[in-house]
Amino acid sequence: MRDLVRLAVDHALERGATYADARAITREVETLEVKNGAVAGAASETESGIGVRVIARGAWGFAATADLDRAAIERAVETALRIARAGARASAGEVELAAAPAARASWKSQFQVDPFQVPLDEKVRVLLEADRLAHSLPEVKVSMASMRFQREHKFFASSEGSDLEQERLESGGQLSVTAASAEELQERSYPSALDGFHAARGYEVIREINLPAAAEKTAKQAVDLLTAKPCPSGEMPILIEGSQMALQIHESCGHPTELDRVFGAETSYAGTSFLTPDKLGHFRYGSEKVNLVADATAPGGLGTFGYDDEGVAAQKTDLVREGIFRGYLSSRETAQRLGQASGGTMRAEAWNHIPLVRMTNVNLEPGDWSLEEMIEDVGKGLYLETTRSWSIDDQRLNFQFATQAAWEIEDGSLGALVRNATYQGVTPDFWGSCDAVGNAKTWRLWGVVNCAKGEPVQLMHVGHGAAPTRFSRVRVGVLQHG
Amino acid sequence: MRSREDVLEILEAALRHSRADQTEVVVWNRELQLTRFANSAIHQNLAESNTQVRVRVALGKRLGHAVTNRTEAAEVAQAVDRAIALARLVEPNKEFVSLPAPAPLPEVRAFFAATAASEPESRADVVARVAGIAQKGNCEAAGSLSVSVDVLGVGSSLGIRAYQPVTQAQFTMIVTDSDASGFAQAVSRDLSKLDCSAAAETALRKCLDSRRPANLTPGEYAVVLEPAAMGELILFLAYLGFGATVVQEDRSFLCGRFGTQVMSEQVSIWDDGLDARGLPLAFDFEGMPKRRVDLIERGVARGVVYDSYSAHKEKKTSTGHALPAPNTWGPIPTNLFMATGASSLREMIEGTERGVLVTRFHYVNPIHEKRTDVTGMTRDGTFLIEAGRIARPLRNLRFTQSIVEALSGVDLLGSEAEVVGECTVPAVKLRRFRFSS
Repeated sequence: MRDLVRLAVDHALERGATYADARAITREVETLEVKNGAVAGAASETESGIGVRVIARGAWGFAATADLDRAAIERAVETALRIARAGARASAGEVELAAAPAARASWKSQFQVDPFQVPLDEKVRVLLEADRLAHSLPEVKVSMASMRFQREHKFFASSEGSDLEQERLESGGQLSVTAASAEELQERSYPSALDGFHAARGYEVIREINLPAAAEKTAKQAVDLLTAKPCPSGEMPILIEGSQMALQIHESCGHPTELDRVFGAETSYAGTSFLTPDKLGHFRYGSEKVNLVADATAPGGLGTFGYDDEGVAAQKTDLVREGIFRGYLSSRETAQRLGQASGGTMRAEAWNHIPLVRMTNVNLEPGDWSLEEMIEDVGKGLYLETTRSWSIDDQRLNFQFATQAAWEIEDGSLGALVRNATYQGVTPDFWGSCDAVGNAKTWRLWGVVNCAKGEPVQLMHVGHGAAPTRFSRVRVGVLQHG
Repeated sequence: MRSREDVLEILEAALRHSRADQTEVVVWNRELQLTRFANSAIHQNLAESNTQVRVRVALGKRLGHAVTNRTEAAEVAQAVDRAIALARLVEPNKEFVSLPAPAPLPEVRAFFAATAASEPESRADVVARVAGIAQKGNCEAAGSLSVSVDVLGVGSSLGIRAYQPVTQAQFTMIVTDSDASGFAQAVSRDLSKLDCSAAAETALRKCLDSRRPANLTPGEYAVVLEPAAMGELILFLAYLGFGATVVQEDRSFLCGRFGTQVMSEQVSIWDDGLDARGLPLAFDFEGMPKRRVDLIERGVARGVVYDSYSAHKEKKTSTGHALPAPNTWGPIPTNLFMATGASSLREMIEGTERGVLVTRFHYVNPIHEKRTDVTGMTRDGTFLIEAGRIARPLRNLRFTQSIVEALSGVDLLGSEAEVVGECTVPAVKLRRFRFSS
């Protein structure tokens, strides 16, 4: 594969490209899903291919092929060159890239247990046991337990001399329980919603989250939610659990700090950003408790790697420091426009997609509060747990989230379970009301595997370190039916 | 584009190799060319190509799946072997009956050779032209123009042999100014049917009309939803409620309500993959023919769509709505139609004393699946209607609303339906719609 990426780059230069890079990737994925007592999905997926990115006549072109013979790769290069030259007819001037040192290295993610070496029957047994325990109550209509493992081997070469090899491993799993009555439908997920908990580690992740151990409690909460108190409506202090904080960070900090988006590149799909360059360095994004970083070096995160898909080394950079907006997620092209070096965040979902500015691990740094201290301090409020729904506007300001469960906080103690909880806010006001962030003991690096961006849509795996976090005054209970 | 012979060769080789009780092979080849523009210039320009070979095997009631993007015989054989190895190791799925038996396939024209032959130079010329239209109003253009060719082949040990190439052309245009934006979109199986200049003019007019927007106090308003906005709600309704599996699992708003009035009698919704007014397709990922399914008929819940797995549970036959296996959500309708009425958009506005005209929605997500409660934002053209005319543009609004409840208050239906992705819908005037912030 190393020879193939070099072949692609050399051929592009011979045919007139002023810049070229190529990524060759092989990927292996195993997914196991148990639903209502049956193995609903046991799938093994393999894919490989090469993507070539060129600049010709000052414009970008990209083409990809799964055929890994010399002729097919040369055809892909020529397609990319033709696309670039055609695009120059309606481009905004020549693409300029911030300087980046040529990198020659290899990198591997760290893990203890290779999930592909764990016997399949052991994995299925864990899922069936979790599913059985989760389906023990009559109100449970759907129980599901799943695992997903991915190994990716990537080679990268560029016309500037970079020559990289990286091997990443991911492991994750989830349990979800849906209970229903005539009018109600409630779901509880463990350890988190969406597609569960994932990390760039090995099978030890599955052993740590221990799905069977959590199954009965998860199911009972789903059933209890059917008849729980409705979410109160009004403004009050809220305390948000870590996995929901991960999505809050993702939507209201991660996306708006993507510099391509700031410059309008995503206007036709997901929108732009309120964090325009004139705000850089002085805009108050949140309270002084708020410290957000993009950290592609954090061990085990879904946004952890050695080098990005432009060959730029992984970095840890400030996005928000003591509440002030300090930096962006960037690429060589976007950073150049600000006179900066790339933040090293260009990533593509697969070999056949172009790299885009993506979140790495966008983390809220821990504070110094224990969970108990944060609850004790609240007279009347809500503790919200696990994502149910999410929506935010095309500037990343007006958001509304729903969580699977919530509990009242009364006089410093957790009280009754609450169903259909929602909260709504505007990003800087919301983060401005942050008055407590959980300490390192409560902090965890969560994974999101469905971050959608670009056309055609690419789903990226990104990380978010978060702890339970408190906000002093937030609107809750939108559209409260009871 | 992979030819029929090429696809059948892959299918036959895989089926010959398999020693499973039942085997299904899907060959899905996709070639996409997309030119994307922002700030009135092309910034992303690409060609993607890939072929997936998806194998599903049954050993009795034990199921295994494997996917590869290698199409060489040895690699496909390995995928079959991996699927069989997985099936041997998993527990039987007691509810599995059989892969589907073959059924006659309809002829559908979904492939246009000139569309498949689209070239990057012509796409760049379109971008230059539509950017020029935006610049007439001193505005900026963003959007994309894409052309794709999908080839779907399905073969099974039960005798299914299905092949269909499908083209699709899509143009999206957003025109922006400092405090305003406008949107238009066009999609067709046939690139020559896209009028990109007309869409650009519409987006420009929307943008110019949206300048200097005002705030609106949240609350309940009458709304006129243009097709892009209405279509998004219909797609969510379909996802949340119109598949057999979600009904069987007691998750759908239709549970226990078939044969009863669930929304306004002006509302009829059906799925028809064979109707050339939409984006037609002859068969699904199991090689089952697309059948028309009436979902809502004059407000009464009538039916849902099936794949073979969900159909066997009710001793029915598939309606041709299977997604790629394995799939735990079940079947989903993807060729939706909503009945039209007799009103023009202008008549809907003229008939509104006070309300909101919505061009499209943004980032919609369900917050309560069974009640069909969803939230999202308006985007790229939101206007206050007063005394039967557009009074002023509005800043974007968040809505939080039950879709079924909204469709219980239909006032008027547009006379023309537009293709909006996977559904073909008219503009609709609703009596009440809740804007929450």
